[in-house]
Amino acid sequence: MEENNKVIETIGLSKYFYDPIKFQVIKEVDLSINHGEFVAIEGKSGSGKSTLLYLLSTMDTDYEGQLFIHNELVTGQGDAQLAKIRNEKIGFVFQFHYLLLEYNVLKNVMLPGLKFGKYSEKELEQRAMDHLKTLGMDTHALKMPNQLSGGEKQRVAIARALINDPLIIMGDEPTGNLDKKNGDLVFDIFKKLAKEFNQTILVVTHDIDFAKRTDRIITMEDGRIIS
Amino acid sequence: MNFKLILNIAFHLLKARLKQTIVAAVGVTFGIAMFITLISFMGGLNEMLDGLMLNRTPHILLYNEVKPSENQPLSLSEEYKNHTKFIHSIKPKDRGKSVYNSQSIIKVLKQDKRIIDVAPKVTASVLFNSGTIEISGFVNGIDMLAEDKLFKISDYITEGKIADLAQNNSVIIGIGLANKMLLSKGDIIKITTSNGDLTPLKIVGISEIGIAEIDNVMSYTSLATAQKILGQPKSYITDIQVNLYDKESAVELAKEFRKEFNIDTIDYQTANAQFETGSTVRSIISYSVGIVLLIVAGFGIYNILNMMIYEKMDSIAILKATGFSGSDVKWIFISLSIIIGLTGGIFGLLFGFIFSNIIDVIPFETTSLPTVKTYPIVYNIIYYIIGIVFAFCTTIIAGLFPALKASKVDPVEIIRGK
Ligand SMILES: Nc1ncnc2c1ncn2[C@@H]1O[C@H](COP(=O)(O)OP(=O)(O)OP(=O)(O)O)[C@@H](O)[C@H]1O
Ligand SMILES: [Mg+2]
Repeated sequence: MEENNKVIETIGLSKYFYDPIKFQVIKEVDLSINHGEFVAIEGKSGSGKSTLLYLLSTMDTDYEGQLFIHNELVTGQGDAQLAKIRNEKIGFVFQFHYLLLEYNVLKNVMLPGLKFGKYSEKELEQRAMDHLKTLGMDTHALKMPNQLSGGEKQRVAIARALINDPLIIMGDEPTGNLDKKNGDLVFDIFKKLAKEFNQTILVVTHDIDFAKRTDRIITMEDGRIIS
Repeated sequence: MNFKLILNIAFHLLKARLKQTIVAAVGVTFGIAMFITLISFMGGLNEMLDGLMLNRTPHILLYNEVKPSENQPLSLSEEYKNHTKFIHSIKPKDRGKSVYNSQSIIKVLKQDKRIIDVAPKVTASVLFNSGTIEISGFVNGIDMLAEDKLFKISDYITEGKIADLAQNNSVIIGIGLANKMLLSKGDIIKITTSNGDLTPLKIVGISEIGIAEIDNVMSYTSLATAQKILGQPKSYITDIQVNLYDKESAVELAKEFRKEFNIDTIDYQTANAQFETGSTVRSIISYSVGIVLLIVAGFGIYNILNMMIYEKMDSIAILKATGFSGSDVKWIFISLSIIIGLTGGIFGLLFGFIFSNIIDVIPFETTSLPTVKTYPIVYNIIYYIIGIVFAFCTTIIAGLFPALKASKVDPVEIIRGK
């Protein structure tokens, strides 16, 4: 039973960059994250936090070692399967709220759901509205992304990350680009998701205050996890 | 793969770059419109020139050629069978120009389902006399109904009627002949045949083919009159002209008739080989111009898609991060180019049709083709199908490389690069 509780597990994860010289960014990282945990990865600038997150997200496939998501080995899987895993099991929130400028807020939230195809368009619209309401963004549903403030965009990105009921939400400095007030707001949302919905969350940050308020802090230094 | 979603994304990307999209599509429209217009016009010209030829040339002509016997007596000899033989001073035997057994051949041909009609003809070179002038020329004894059916000869009769030839000893003469001899309808012209017989004929009409060489020497009369002035029986026929429902089969059928009736045959293609060359050259020109225009349009599409990929790197990265595979992204961009190509192409067909219509009403008069009043245009659905297939292919090829590039965009690089 304990085995099934792991959302993400890595064994001996290593990554090298070759340009301009060969150098190891991630060094033999063994890590596991359990269901329902709210985890922060913290560490100095350049310690490899973002790089590690991209590896865990399956977007970066150039690494050594093994990566399991939901106890399934994803290392070595093809582009299409990895895309499917990202679509169904992982929700992303980036520092720079990447929304599709061509679509309105509601459609942005719905898009990964449309790709998944589990719910009908009607149901998805309902679910998207529910998530937007939870995040206090329902009144902005029909706006275009460029009509929103940074904090609002980030909340839309969180709603989008939630649309397929992901196993885990990952964020690379999701509050890094926001002022204190908006950053706190976003943090509170994460906290609430973790507490009320038992949502697994993994966030990279170098905001120590932010990190301290999570359940578990992973500290990185020089490509290694030191605690 | 969810094509509805992919198309939806493609449309939204296009909407965001509407102006450039329209410019790219207009390139395709222009190429296709020019192609359709050119090919329809060239097709019209080809058909007109073919008509010019086919109006006078039967699909197959059966006749008796004056030539030496292919099997000389020596070749029957057993003794010299394996020798190389040289025979000098062979002269053809005069079997006459008459088609042997013409009546039964005509009967058989008339029953052939592949044949539209058969027009028997008697041609003879004669001398036309009027007063002191003597001009050499030809008289064609024709079966009026059949000749009109096959060659629309009445289109070229400028005075009188073809049916008037049914009167005994009547003739229709070429306009050149009439002008030279100062003759007009109702006058009498005397005709001397090669064996010296002189027959006066009444002119009941004037013909104008529009080609001076023909109008200066040609005359028409009925089969019976021609046979009479030549002093020949009713079975005397020199040419049997045949038109087919499927003129492309002329070559084969000519061969078949040659064997079956043991007679000389010639199909219209062989008789007019130079016309075919002209048609082919015109077709090649229109196709090459069309293809060149489309290649230019293709580069336009390639450019806009490439530009779009650079602009939409963020969007591509997001799509990939949220679960769209490389192949999904590739199809989004291929759909983009197909949308541009198809809309551009369909408008191209429309404009091509409109331009063709405009050309079709521009006046164009020529005496050699009295039925042609405007520039010729052919409306052929095949041209339009080729046009849209062209548009489709060029845009797919133009879109393929940018699409492959887009599918390989590494989202990590984009997200990290901010
Ligand atoms: N594409 C690349 N090629 C070569 N080296 C790279 C590349 N990307 C990152 N690095 C290096 O890898 C190391 C780790 O980078 P990473 O972005 O993971 O750091 P980080 O911990 O996220 O830092 P920050 O807190 O500043 O975001 C850095 O030393 C960086 O210079
Ligand atoms: Mg970082």
